[in-house]
Amino acid sequence: MMPDLGKYAVEVMGSYGVSLLALALLCVVYIRRSSSVKRALITAEARKDA
Amino acid sequence: MNSTSTSKRLCDAFWQLANPKVFMGWSGRWLPWLVGLTILFLGSGLIWGFFFTPDDTRQGSTVKIIYLHVPAALMAINGYLLMFVGSLVWLIRRQHVSVLAAKAAAPVGMTMTLIALATGAIWGQPMWGTYWVWDPRLTSFLILFLFYAGYIALWAAIEDDDTAADLTSVLALVGSVFALLSRYAVLFWSQGLHQGTTVNLVDGAKQENISNVFFQPLLLSMAGFGLFFVTLILIGTRTELRRRRLKVLQARERML
Repeated sequence: MMPDLGKYAVEVMGSYGVSLLALALLCVVYIRRSSSVKRALITAEARKDA
Repeated sequence: MNSTSTSKRLCDAFWQLANPKVFMGWSGRWLPWLVGLTILFLGSGLIWGFFFTPDDTRQGSTVKIIYLHVPAALMAINGYLLMFVGSLVWLIRRQHVSVLAAKAAAPVGMTMTLIALATGAIWGQPMWGTYWVWDPRLTSFLILFLFYAGYIALWAAIEDDDTAADLTSVLALVGSVFALLSRYAVLFWSQGLHQGTTVNLVDGAKQENISNVFFQPLLLSMAGFGLFFVTLILIGTRTELRRRRLKVLQARERML
């Protein structure tokens, strides 16, 4: 299944590793921040309505 | 229905998105679809490119880096152009959604620039014999990265949101020159190691410098990166709109 990358295996795997890690980190940061702000807003709205 | 009234309706629909309530409703409906399409396009583009494409006769297996490098570079430039439009709309029409979309685009664009620079350096070592040269395109991309970093730092440094929006918008307008420069640097200066445009979709045809066997998965990957970009911008803009509302509520609580 794994393609034979020959003598450039380190370069190709390194590129995919770095890029996918960066994309995954970006997703985590955006989603975590979105959830925390949403939670805080719901709490604040509830306090306002109370 | 004639084309004038259709374009007017489209234009009206676009400006309606400047209303935070309309934007939240619209983006909330589209987000699940965008997430699904991003996973589909990005996943299939990268899997196809990595596992099911042959090695290039000259570049060997390093050609597989193209499925990351080219889409990331494309998004790095287009991200800044989106920031340019968002900032311009803010400066002219004072619409918060546009400048918050620009703010949400900056970290995504900066990450794309970083991926383009990193994969380019890793690719450059076996092909050019060096990780870095002060080539026009590489240098303009590095400057673009610094503009992204400066834009994000400026937002973080200023307490008042509207003042921050004004100053960052000016910075975005100035930086967009470098975004364009990084796109056309190879044409301005016919020197340096970096090749010209790999894929030219603007002119309506792919150039002959990439064969179909690489082009098709590359196209999927580019669409996947584009969808990823749009999805994160929508999530980020929604977060910023909620954060603004939260700030208003907290200020109101402090006054009571």
